[in-house]
Amino acid sequence: MASLDDLKKRITSVKSTQKITKAMKMVAAAKLKRAQDNAEKGRPYSKKMSNIILNLSGSISDKDSSPKLLSGTGKENIHLCVVITSDRGLCGGFNANIIKKAKSYFSKIINEGKELKIITVGSKGNDQLKRAFGDKIIENISFKNSKNTNYFDAEKVGKIIIEKFEKDEFDICTIFYNQFKNVITQIPQAQQIIPLNTEDNGENKTEDSYEFEPDEDEILSNLLPKNISTQIFKAMLENSASEQGARMSAMDNATRNAGEMVDKLTIEYNRSRQAAITKELIEIISGAESL
Amino acid sequence: MSEEFKIEIVNPEKSFLTKEDATEVVVPAFEGEMGILKDHISIISFLKPGIITIQSKSGEEKFYVEDGIVEFKDNNLSVLTSSIFSLKEIEKNKLQELIKSAEEDSNQSDISDQSKYLADQKIEVLKTLS
Repeated sequence: MASLDDLKKRITSVKSTQKITKAMKMVAAAKLKRAQDNAEKGRPYSKKMSNIILNLSGSISDKDSSPKLLSGTGKENIHLCVVITSDRGLCGGFNANIIKKAKSYFSKIINEGKELKIITVGSKGNDQLKRAFGDKIIENISFKNSKNTNYFDAEKVGKIIIEKFEKDEFDICTIFYNQFKNVITQIPQAQQIIPLNTEDNGENKTEDSYEFEPDEDEILSNLLPKNISTQIFKAMLENSASEQGARMSAMDNATRNAGEMVDKLTIEYNRSRQAAITKELIEIISGAESL
Repeated sequence: MSEEFKIEIVNPEKSFLTKEDATEVVVPAFEGEMGILKDHISIISFLKPGIITIQSKSGEEKFYVEDGIVEFKDNNLSVLTSSIFSLKEIEKNKLQELIKSAEEDSNQSDISDQSKYLADQKIEVLKTLS
């Protein structure tokens, strides 16, 4: 059995770990509030944007001449996957969930004999993917230095994607991120952004006649690149809210586990202290008896 | 009959401005300035760098935008833009900074005609402001 001193040391060490996890939980809770606010504030923009695009794509007359970002290249041989993860760890299954989702998608693509290219956003995703898919990663973007999720960063990612698309480096682009549902639930999502999927939310479709200035095609070709950035920005906002939520519940669990461990160790400590006292008493008594 | 309509300016990070009592809005549409009054026909257009002027019961407000999309429908005007500043709050240094970066863009050799036009436009507007 461990000596009393060892037990005492272990109890202190678990207690200080508990303090750290508790502090991290508090910090995550405060950041979560802000991230959630940001995610909510960002919604009107992306919603309006997709509404306008829906209206536009509905009224476009000639489907063949519509921009490639909307209709696709006509092939689906090369898939580009953008995996958005966090830059920091200690957030439970947050990163692992996205990676799992992405990996199953990757193997599906590879099994179909298609080519796969990966862009990772956030260093944690890169760390985990480079072991199995290292040769497929063409770009790794990290925003460790920016404090908050901002549109400028999303635009950078968007520009890289569009540049690659214009060079015909891929046909289909999918982004992976965690959608924030609530503090304990985050749903890993795979969303196709190129070519744009205009059919999935049909209920928003309104049959309005708009006047366009200049014509539809030109507006669309101006709008679609912006939409890519907007979608990425939305994913990043959802992701950062999810990250804080996941971290908060992970740290909450850790704090609770540490508490349980302290209790268990304290009982063990008290028992062995009692055992030592009893042993000494027996020794004294039997010593006295033998006299 | 009231002549007011609703205007909403949103940028990706938040809803920038909402007003219920706009009476006239002038936006720098791509093919020229466009004034919008109540019961305008539904329209979608995009913006070039310029000034948005909002006339409302509470007075006139001006904003500088670099790009964006306007949509007008059922007396709701939505402006989606990624860069907008209130003219009251914008500082001289910031203006100079913007002019400088626009000039750099404009002087790049491999710039497309359209982006050069936009950059020049930006410089022009910014110069009149400062």
